[in-house]
Amino acid sequence: MSTLRETPLAQTHRALGARMVEFGGFLMPVQYTSILAEHAAVRERAGLFDVSHMGEIFLAGPDAIAAAERLVTCPVASLAVGAVRYGCLCNDQGGTVDDVTVYRLTETSLFFCVNASNVEKDFSWICEHAGDPAGVRVENRSARFGLIALQGPLAEGVLQRLTDLSLAGLRRFRFQHGKVAGQSVLVSRTGYTGADGFELYLEDGDVVALWNALLAAGSPLGLQPAGLGARDTLRLEAALPLYGHELDDDTSPLEAGLDRFVKLEQGGFIGCDAIRARRARGHTRALAGFILEDPGVARAGHPIVYDGREVGSVTSGAPSPTLGKSIGLAWVPPLLAARGTLLAVRVRGRDLRAHVVETPFVPKMDRGARAQA
Amino acid sequence: MAEYEFPSNLRYSTEDEWTRTESGRVTIGVTDYAQSQLGDIVFVELPEVGRSVEKGEPFGVIESVKAVSDLYAPISGEIVEVNTDLAERPEVVNEDCYGDGWMIVIEPEEDAEVEALLDADAYREHLRSRKE
Repeated sequence: MSTLRETPLAQTHRALGARMVEFGGFLMPVQYTSILAEHAAVRERAGLFDVSHMGEIFLAGPDAIAAAERLVTCPVASLAVGAVRYGCLCNDQGGTVDDVTVYRLTETSLFFCVNASNVEKDFSWICEHAGDPAGVRVENRSARFGLIALQGPLAEGVLQRLTDLSLAGLRRFRFQHGKVAGQSVLVSRTGYTGADGFELYLEDGDVVALWNALLAAGSPLGLQPAGLGARDTLRLEAALPLYGHELDDDTSPLEAGLDRFVKLEQGGFIGCDAIRARRARGHTRALAGFILEDPGVARAGHPIVYDGREVGSVTSGAPSPTLGKSIGLAWVPPLLAARGTLLAVRVRGRDLRAHVVETPFVPKMDRGARAQA
Repeated sequence: MAEYEFPSNLRYSTEDEWTRTESGRVTIGVTDYAQSQLGDIVFVELPEVGRSVEKGEPFGVIESVKAVSDLYAPISGEIVEVNTDLAERPEVVNEDCYGDGWMIVIEPEEDAEVEALLDADAYREHLRSRKE
């Protein structure tokens, strides 16, 4: 049994009273005070997340962009320096190796931010398919980098106190390098909560100082540390997929509703032919968002029942603190994925009534730049 | 264990429930330790009035955001009252686990079963040894 790894903030979390759990091979804070309170903090003010367990894989060299273009479902050559895109690494069967964000650093370099549970797998995959090392160097710098996410309507206000970068001018899915609280940080206007916010990449050694500076600047405004428990309820409200739940090696990104992030017409990426073929044959399932009508909680693995028969299963489920109802995502036959379909979720032998809704469950919040007067 | 409250007038089970005997009937809920470990309670599934339970038998379910836990009958008897307020406000279990967070009232089969439960000190000691 391997020992769990810790992020640079492990001691800080414990000192803040966090309950720690294993996630992706790391010991991480699941909550500090209460998942519901931390969730509400992000929706109403701002929350601070340690996501240093996530991975950063760098590609550089004359062929780096071309290599990435072949590896990922989103367009890379057209991704401007200073811009970020979301996409998937797919395998030859059209299944998903991981979902990632792609950061265009220069004309000839970029990095992928990858899920903690897939760092080694993604690094192997990328190395295997990147092509001649003379044209592209692949480096796994995950151990060197920390990552802090600052999310919520007040995130810009908090962060602006600590940096000379003009955040009002930084649009969603754009990033800039600069000094934040005296540390060198890559400031990205991205996130996994459906809220406005930032993801801050920096050297491992600087993470604790930045975390403390953000809390000091933000606490008077209502900033709270938030754990993985709230991170999950927030992303579920935003209907964002979680690898291992909505996505896996067998699942095509199109089945999971990620059509917008797949350059199907452009083609030229690993898995493209299989993804097209599977779509042409007709997908046998679709991902649907649902809200429970009967009291209870739907959770991953619970069967979906229609007309008395089990026809699918829940991929993710939880109470939605914002809606005050239980919500979830589930695999259903494509015809049942239409808004308004009445289904049931079988929980401990009882069929709880539910209906399909359009997602996201909670509307995405104003992006910072557009909110400026 | 010092941070948790275990009133001395109650008796406790190793399944982290408390009992309070009043006029021969036994009120049951979950302890401060249980509510704290579970986190934010979002759903409590309770049985119908009239159901009989055996000591040790699961009588319901308590769910937090992340966890699902069975509730076990600390004594045998008939369920004579159920706290239906928890359907609307399950968070009361976190706020007031020994008061408004009560769950069921049992008419016990045998008074001796309550006597066999742990007092506050014994329960605290039990939790300490469980943690080790």
